Amino acid sequence: MKIIRIALLILLLAAFIAFPLVFSDPAITEVAVFTLFFAAAASGWNIFSGYTGYIALGHAVYFGVGAYAMALLCQDLNIPAGYTPFLLLPVAGLIAAAFAVPLGWIALRTRRHTFVVITIATFFIMQLMAYNLRFITQGSAGLSLPIPFDWSADFFNLPFYYVALAILLLALGTSWWVRNSKYGLGLLAIRDDEDRALGLGVKTGPFKLIAFVLSAFFVGMIGGLHAYFNGSIFPPFAFDALFDVAIALMAFLGGMGTLFGPILGALILVPAQQYLTIISGETGYNLIMYGVLFLVIILLLPQGIIPTLGKMWHKWVARRSIKEIPPAVATTTAQEALVTESTAKKDEVNL
Amino acid sequence: MSLLESENISKAFGGIHALDTCSIIVEEGTITGLIGPNGSGKTTLFNIITGYERSDTGIVRFNGHTITNSTPDKVFRLGIGRTFQLTRIFPRMTVLENMHVAAQRQGTRALLSRWSSKHEQKRALELLDFVGITQLKDMPAENLSYGQKKLLEFAFILIAEPQVILLDEPAGGINPVMIAQLSERIRTLNKQGVTFLVVEHNMEFVMGLCNTVTVLHRGTKIAEGVPGEVRNNPAVLEAYLGD
Repeated sequence: MKIIRIALLILLLAAFIAFPLVFSDPAITEVAVFTLFFAAAASGWNIFSGYTGYIALGHAVYFGVGAYAMALLCQDLNIPAGYTPFLLLPVAGLIAAAFAVPLGWIALRTRRHTFVVITIATFFIMQLMAYNLRFITQGSAGLSLPIPFDWSADFFNLPFYYVALAILLLALGTSWWVRNSKYGLGLLAIRDDEDRALGLGVKTGPFKLIAFVLSAFFVGMIGGLHAYFNGSIFPPFAFDALFDVAIALMAFLGGMGTLFGPILGALILVPAQQYLTIISGETGYNLIMYGVLFLVIILLLPQGIIPTLGKMWHKWVARRSIKEIPPAVATTTAQEALVTESTAKKDEVNL
Repeated sequence: MSLLESENISKAFGGIHALDTCSIIVEEGTITGLIGPNGSGKTTLFNIITGYERSDTGIVRFNGHTITNSTPDKVFRLGIGRTFQLTRIFPRMTVLENMHVAAQRQGTRALLSRWSSKHEQKRALELLDFVGITQLKDMPAENLSYGQKKLLEFAFILIAEPQVILLDEPAGGINPVMIAQLSERIRTLNKQGVTFLVVEHNMEFVMGLCNTVTVLHRGTKIAEGVPGEVRNNPAVLEAYLGD
């Protein structure tokens, strides 16, 4: 079973590596690049929101900070176009992570709906700052990044594809590591019952903040890569509310808190969105179709694809092995259910 | 010196005095019962001892250290475990995963260690076996019955080997056979040196199990002593049977 799993993963990885070589049309590879951008960002986001259950809707902040960090670093260090800017991505990620420390610390003092609202607020604050701190960001005039003119149109997408794939693998590896560590178990416990987890010695505050900062790091790297891919950045695109919604939707669709859910969500939604944009042209019908598609999915798979399939699989296994349940267990449970009701009623004093 | 004590704890919610200069003592190695009519402040006292609520005045001492108004994680790491009246487990995690949450003692090393080390895995299975729900280990905890959830909560407290365990209505809503088994487990652990403080309405259970019983009424201690004595105390009878 384990060997089959590993073989499948290697095969999948080989397919990802070979994809742009087999389908080399730039129109297709461009969609593939965007898909990987979102898959990596959604996987990073999932490390925090998926495992802790705190829905962050302000990760465009870290996407934007990563993008601006990349642009400013290239500008100030006079980095030439080519492969060198890719080396700056971890720095862009770290700068985004550094922003996540105070912002996360503040936002994580709240829970549930309040937390969501605060993260949205941080997003608007940062977008306004990008417009107004002209001496750093040039305001709405935007910043430009080095453009690798010597890469041919056929080749251009390839470096971005593989760098995005590397970031995706790093995010996925981190996500896997977290999920299998004691730390990740603590995060899942926070998702289920934070106060109970605290009462079992889980340091909920630092745990949540570390996950928040980790997720910001990956989103920040993708922000930097996206900026280099586009060649220029402007406040409304670096800090884009649709980005927040998009990565959350991808994780929801694929399955929050699962390892591969966000990637599956990105693999479905990004190409679908791009395809709908192409077939509907300038009319804007694509957004309506996108919305309808989404409603249908939410209606049929409210928990996301992977958890739903998992449940169906468990049900199927359970139905097959129903005869194997030891009769002793079955009877105690039934008996107990009866007693539970009756004792709950006479839960009064009988001194 | 007693293991756990509260001294003159007071707590008001708005105008209601849930606890009024309440002092109780739990001696090491005992099974102490904490009883009282509904609303007498038992659960509030539990919450204050374990750091879930802050007291207005008073002191909580554990092993001679003052732990008043500490946080729940610190209290737990010092060696005080508790269960809740309305059982609180982690519903979407499996039974085995639930068992491992409480074994979070490595702090920052948590990030670098697998949650399923061989030693801990073995210990978790032993404890599941101890409470008798090993066969459910891979089930999502939400699928367990009410009584099984209580047993799971009891078991995952044990994994951290606390010195004292606070049980909030452990016998509420579970069947008589299971109650007997639970008493047996508590006695076994007590012989191994674990101290218990038990809130319970089932008097048969309390009187049969506890070495000493403390009675709260309107947020104050009105009696304490061995079960037989407390049972016949006029103040206690009056508190229960009404004015």
